[in-house]
Amino acid sequence: MPEKTDTAESQITKPMDEQSASSSAHHEVSPHLEPKPAEAAASTEAIFDCKGVDVLYSGKLAVADVDAPIMKNEITALIGPSGCGKSTFLRCLNRMNDLIPGAEVRGSIVYHGQDLYAKDVDPVQVRKHIGMVFQKPNPFPKSVYENIAFGPKVVGMKGDMDEIVESALRRASLWDDVKDRLKDNAFGMSGGQQQRLCIARALAVQPDVLLMDEPCSALDPISTNRIEDLMLELKEDFSIVIVTHNMQQAARVSDKTAFFTVDMTGGESNRVGRLVEHDITEKIFTQPSDKRTEEYVTGKFG
Amino acid sequence: MTGAQIAAKAATQTTVISRRSKKDTRRESGFALIMWGALAIICLSIAVLLTTIVVDGLPRFSMDLFTNQPSKVNPATSGIQSAILGTLYLMAITAALVIPVGIATAIYLEEYADSTKWFNRFIELNIQNLASVPSVVYGLLGLAFIVRGPLDLGPTLMAGGITLTLLVLPVVIIVAREAIRAVPPSIRDGALALGATKWQTIWKQVLPGSISGIATGVILALSRAIGETAPLIVIGAAVSPRFNPDGLGSAFTAMPVQIFAYSKDADTQFLELASATILVLMGLLLLMNSIAIYLRNRFEQKW
Amino acid sequence: MAGTPNTPQPAMGGGGSGPNLLRTRSPRAIGEGAIRVSLFVAAAISVITTTLIVLSLLRETVAFFGDVGATEFLFGTKWTPQLAGDQQSFGMLPVLVGTLYITGIAMLVAVPLGLLAAIYLAEYAPERVRKIVKPILEVLAGVPTIVFGFFALTFITPELLRPLLGPEVQQSNQLAAGLLVGLLVLPTVASVAEDAMTAVPYSLREGAFGMGASRLIVSLRVVFPAALSGIIAALVLGASRAIGETLVILLAGGSGQLLPQVVTSPTDASGSMAAFIASTATGDAPTGSIEFETIFAVGFTLFVICLVLNLLSIRLVGKYRQVYE
Repeated sequence: MPEKTDTAESQITKPMDEQSASSSAHHEVSPHLEPKPAEAAASTEAIFDCKGVDVLYSGKLAVADVDAPIMKNEITALIGPSGCGKSTFLRCLNRMNDLIPGAEVRGSIVYHGQDLYAKDVDPVQVRKHIGMVFQKPNPFPKSVYENIAFGPKVVGMKGDMDEIVESALRRASLWDDVKDRLKDNAFGMSGGQQQRLCIARALAVQPDVLLMDEPCSALDPISTNRIEDLMLELKEDFSIVIVTHNMQQAARVSDKTAFFTVDMTGGESNRVGRLVEHDITEKIFTQPSDKRTEEYVTGKFG
Repeated sequence: MTGAQIAAKAATQTTVISRRSKKDTRRESGFALIMWGALAIICLSIAVLLTTIVVDGLPRFSMDLFTNQPSKVNPATSGIQSAILGTLYLMAITAALVIPVGIATAIYLEEYADSTKWFNRFIELNIQNLASVPSVVYGLLGLAFIVRGPLDLGPTLMAGGITLTLLVLPVVIIVAREAIRAVPPSIRDGALALGATKWQTIWKQVLPGSISGIATGVILALSRAIGETAPLIVIGAAVSPRFNPDGLGSAFTAMPVQIFAYSKDADTQFLELASATILVLMGLLLLMNSIAIYLRNRFEQKW
Repeated sequence: MAGTPNTPQPAMGGGGSGPNLLRTRSPRAIGEGAIRVSLFVAAAISVITTTLIVLSLLRETVAFFGDVGATEFLFGTKWTPQLAGDQQSFGMLPVLVGTLYITGIAMLVAVPLGLLAAIYLAEYAPERVRKIVKPILEVLAGVPTIVFGFFALTFITPELLRPLLGPEVQQSNQLAAGLLVGLLVLPTVASVAEDAMTAVPYSLREGAFGMGASRLIVSLRVVFPAALSGIIAALVLGASRAIGETLVILLAGGSGQLLPQVVTSPTDASGSMAAFIASTATGDAPTGSIEFETIFAVGFTLFVICLVLNLLSIRLVGKYRQVYE
C-alpha cells in the first residue's frame, strides 16, 4: 500500500471538528470493524475543490450545494441511495453533464487552479485530462487495438502507437490476456475484460484523474476483484473518484468516502441530492458524524 | 365480450370450460381461415402480376432491347437503350446529391438539434410531411422552379435528378436517423470522455456504427427514385428519344417513362416491349435490394 | 499540518503549471463550428423544399383564381379545361369525385386485407411464417406504381373485369384503377397498423390471457382497440397515398382531362387530380396560360388534402406513442 505522503490529519467537511490519525491498509477497512483511530493515508493536495456545486435539469434542482475537496492520489468513493445525485455529481467533474440537454451546473469546481466551469474552458480539453469509465462496459465495436488507439489519435498524441497501446494495456493489467488478439473485436471479450479495456482506453490518453461510475455493477465478483486491485495500483499515479452502490466496495478501496442522500423536504416531486458527509472512509463506516450516514451504512435504509 | 366478462363467466362456471373452449376453437379456426384467405389473396395478386409481366415480356427480352433505341413507329426493332442509360444517369445524380444532404440532415437532427427549439421541431415535422407529398406535386415543383423559373435548366437530366433528389430526400433522412439513433449513447459518451470532439465522435464512432443502416436507406431511396414516373412526365422527360444522354444538360428519358409511353399504344407489340422494359427495371431493383440485404447482413452492427 | 483546521489547499498552479483547458481558436475548433453550420444548412434544404413547393403552387393558383371563380372551381360539375371557348369549364367536382371514388374502392381492398395481414403479423404469425410474409409485403411496396398501372390496363380490365362484368367495361375504368391502387397502398396500411399493434405492451395481452381469453379475443378486443389511434393513422396514411397516386389511374382509370359530369359507374373512366396533372403537364404547356395555371390549382388542392391527412396521421401516431412508449 503506498504511503507516499506523510500522514496528515485533515479536516474535510464542516461537521467535523476533530480528526484522529490512523494507519490502515485499505483492504482491511470494513464496515463491520470496531471504531479505531483512522489515519489519512493521503496527500493534502486537492485535485478538485468543489464549492457550492448545484446541478439543475431544465431549471429544476437535482443536486444542491456540494462542497468537497477531492484529494490527489486518493480514491474517493461516492455512495448513497439511488437518486441521490452521486452519478450526476461525478459527471460534473469532467463536464459530461454538458451533453445532457437542459443540464446546468452552478458553483465552482477548481482543478489545477482553473474553474472547470469558467466561460473560456473547453469541455473537450477538460475530458482529455479527466478520464471516465462507465457503468456498463462500452467498448467501441472495433478491435482491441483500435479501442485503445482511438483516444491517443483524437487528442493528437505523438509517439509510437503500438507502444502507447501496449503500455495502456499493461497498466490495466490486460496485456497478457489480449496481446495475441489485438485485432479481435472487443465485443467478443468477457464483461470484465471489456471493462478493463475501457479502463486501459481511458489511461491511454494519460489523464490525471479517473472517474468511475459504478464500474463493477455489471460484473461478476472475480472481475470486480480484479478491477478493485487495479484501482489500488492506479492510485499511485492517478486520482480516482468512484461512484458505487456497493458499500463493501467503497470500504475496500477508498481513502475518502462522500455520502449523498435524497432530500425530500421539498416534497416527493422535488427530490434533491445532497452531500451529507465527506470523510475518511473508515470514519464514515465506523463513526459517522451524521445520523443519516449511520443509518445508511448500517443498512437501515437505502 | 370483454376479457373481464369472460373471466367472470369462467369463474362461475368452471365446468363449462371444455364446451367454451370448443366454441372458441371454432371461432379461432374461422378467424385463422379469414386471415389465411387475406394472405392468399395478397400472395396470389403478386404472383399473377409478376407472372403476366414475365410471360408477356420474356419474348422481347433480348440483346436488341439493350442495344436498340426506342421507336414510336417500329415496335419490332425498338429497344430501350436511351431509357436504361437515362435511368442510370438519374440514379447517379440523385445518389450524388441525396447522400450528402440526407446524411448531413440526419446527423444534424440526431446529434446537434436541440429538440426543444421550435425551428428544429419544425424541420422534423416538415420532413414527415414531405414524405407524404404526392410525387406528382414534386413534378410541379420541378416544372415551376427547376425546369423553368429561377433555375431554368430545361427538361434535362440535371433537372430530373434534382427533382428526384428532393422527392426521396425524406426517405434517406428518416432511415439514416433511425440508424444513427441505434448507436447507443454509451458509445458517444465513451468517445467524448476520451477527449474526442463532437465531430470526431460522430465521424469515427457514430457513422461507422450506423453505416449499414444508412446504406440500406440510401439504396431504398434510390430504388424509389428510379421507379418514379409521374414527376419525370410532368417536368417533360422526352418520349422515345433515339439518342443517349450525353451530359447533365441533355434531354433524357427513363425506363418508367418509356414503359408509360409504350403502354399507351394499342399495338400489342408495344405492350410486350413495355413488359420487357418492366422486367429490366424490376431486375435492376432486385439487384439493388439484394445489395441492400447483403450490406445489412454483412455489416450490420449488433449492439 | 496536524491539528490545523483549515481545508487543504487545492493545487493553485494557475494556468501556468496545470494543463491548459482553455478554448482555442485552433483549426480544429473552427472546423467543429463550420461542420455544425453546414449540417444545419443541409437540414434547412428540406424546409426550403417545402417552401418552394408551396410557393410554386401558390403563385400559379393565385393567377388561376384571377380568371376563374373559387365557387366554380370547387363546386362546378363540368370539368372541361381543355376545350376552347364556350365549352371550357373549370368545375373540379367531377375530378374530385373521381379521386375519392377510386380511393374508396382502393380502401375497400386495402383496409380488410391490410388489417388482417397486420393482425396476423402482430399477433399470430410464428417467426418462420413472419419471415416469409414480411418480405412479400416489402416486395409489394417496392414495385414501381407504373407496374401496377400496366397490370391493371393489360390484365385486370381485359382478362378479369370484362369476362366478369361484360364488354361495357371501358378500357380505362374506376374499378380496375381502384383495385390496383388498393393493392398498392396495402403494404402501407399493413405495416403502420402492425407497428401500432406491436407497440401495445405485452402486459396488456398477458392480463387478458391470464383471464382465460383466447387469442382471437385478445387480438380483436384488447390489442385492436388499444392500438386504434395507430390503426386509424394507417388508414389515413393509406388514403393519402391513394389520393396522390398517379400512374395507376393515368393508365387504367382515366386521365381526368375531360369530365363533363360526375362519373358514377365503376366501369366508366374518370381520372383523378394527380392523373389530370400528369396527363396535362407534359412539359409543353406555356407558362402563364390558363392551361398551365389549372394544373397548379389542381396540384395545390391535392397538396392541401394530403397535407391535412398527413398531419392527422402524425397526430394519431403521436397519440399511441405517447401512451405506450
